[in-house]
Amino acid sequence: MKTTPLHETHRTAGAKLVDFAGWDMPLHYGSQIEEHHAVRRDAGMFDTSHMLAIDVEGTGARAFLRYSLANNVDRLIVPGKAQYACLLAEDGGVLDDLIVYFFEEDFFRVIVNAGTADADLAWMGNLRSRIAPALNLRARRDLAMIAVQGPNARDKTFAALPELRAAGEPLGVFFGARIGAGASERFIARTGYTGEDGFELLVPNDQAADVWMRLTRAGVRPCGLGARDTLRLEAGMSLYGHEIDEKVTPLESGLAWTVDLKSPRDFVGKAALLVRVPTTQVLGLVLPPKGGVLRAHQVVHTPHGDGEITSGTFSPTLNQSVALARLPAAVAPGDTVQVAVRDKRLDARVVKPPFARHGQSKI
Amino acid sequence: MSSIPDNLRYASSHEWMRAESDGSYTVGISDFAQEQLGDLVFLEVPEVGRKLAAGEACAVVESVKAASDVYAPVAGEVVAVNEGLSDALEQVNKDPYSAWLFRIKPSNPADVQKLMDAAAYAKSIG
Repeated sequence: MKTTPLHETHRTAGAKLVDFAGWDMPLHYGSQIEEHHAVRRDAGMFDTSHMLAIDVEGTGARAFLRYSLANNVDRLIVPGKAQYACLLAEDGGVLDDLIVYFFEEDFFRVIVNAGTADADLAWMGNLRSRIAPALNLRARRDLAMIAVQGPNARDKTFAALPELRAAGEPLGVFFGARIGAGASERFIARTGYTGEDGFELLVPNDQAADVWMRLTRAGVRPCGLGARDTLRLEAGMSLYGHEIDEKVTPLESGLAWTVDLKSPRDFVGKAALLVRVPTTQVLGLVLPPKGGVLRAHQVVHTPHGDGEITSGTFSPTLNQSVALARLPAAVAPGDTVQVAVRDKRLDARVVKPPFARHGQSKI
Repeated sequence: MSSIPDNLRYASSHEWMRAESDGSYTVGISDFAQEQLGDLVFLEVPEVGRKLAAGEACAVVESVKAASDVYAPVAGEVVAVNEGLSDALEQVNKDPYSAWLFRIKPSNPADVQKLMDAAAYAKSIG
């Protein structure tokens, strides 16, 4: 199995390690729920080094991404600005979801999921050969990634890593900054996957353990992928392979806001999106407190046909079970549907995600 | 290392049983089981009076990670359930040998002796 530069650190800390997309990653360090609360109430950090930063370097970088991504990078005007976007196949199916950062006309950075990284590189490499052969796509496996999240994440990050304050303090939401370049580069971005404020950091692999230790000493709690999943689910964020995959389009996955169909720009998958009528959608489900736990793949019965839960869990913030589900397009928030859980059918309320953000319930 | 008290009997499906003075047996899940599951968030226990076959799925514990059946270690009748446990499921994670799920009156008390002792259970979970 593949390991990150922090693997030994996790083992020493007693993490329960699990296979995630071929990577041996921490699920939790003792209590997933306490880690979840740490992020909603204070500050927690995640090793996300299994994800991959790909630098898009050279003349024509913007044009390449304008054609490659369903969101429109022409909205990225101020250096450092980031955007959430889907990488689509020709039929409109989602190959991956990613964040793209604009730094200079000849330098963009995209950060992609672990499980899809190799396929993304191959796909983008093919596009590059066709439309921008002079462009360089540089996979930054030399950089480790740490996400520090929570209401106190900013203060604790600056306390632990004062050298990042100058670059990090002025950052607006969804902005990033690079400090240095090449092998010694560090990167700090005000992005994340939890519904809380915080940063995502990239540092050279050989600095990762030291950065992690300094953050720990500053009171940032190590958190595993278990808490990362319950946090993103409460925040209503998609997980690739669950809410989205190559079989569905962003328009039927609650991600229409990430697709620019208004501009005359052409992009991969656009023609398909213009004709493929969405028959399903992704919405939230909520069970009453103590009503059981919703899980992925459970069938959802509705008057308009069956749907399926794509991600379900117990929400530590709400103290009840929540889920994201792929439902027939005619289902609306406020409806009651029935979820098949073992031998029962449980009534669930349909809601518009998110369920919780910034420490607060949203439903 | 999982804690495995000597005074209990264990099923291969990770339940423990403890003899009570009235001839009934208290059932819970082992430390190993709670470790594997992670933080528990939901519990479904059988109704008092339900007759169970040995190995019958009769309760459900759900953690943040997954749902898991709890099986009757021996045949018998449910004589009590731990009513307050649903409100304090973290107790199962903190002290799995105090936070019991239900009590069973075995149809044949000798069946309990066929379950594993602590040494055998320790060996079975490696």
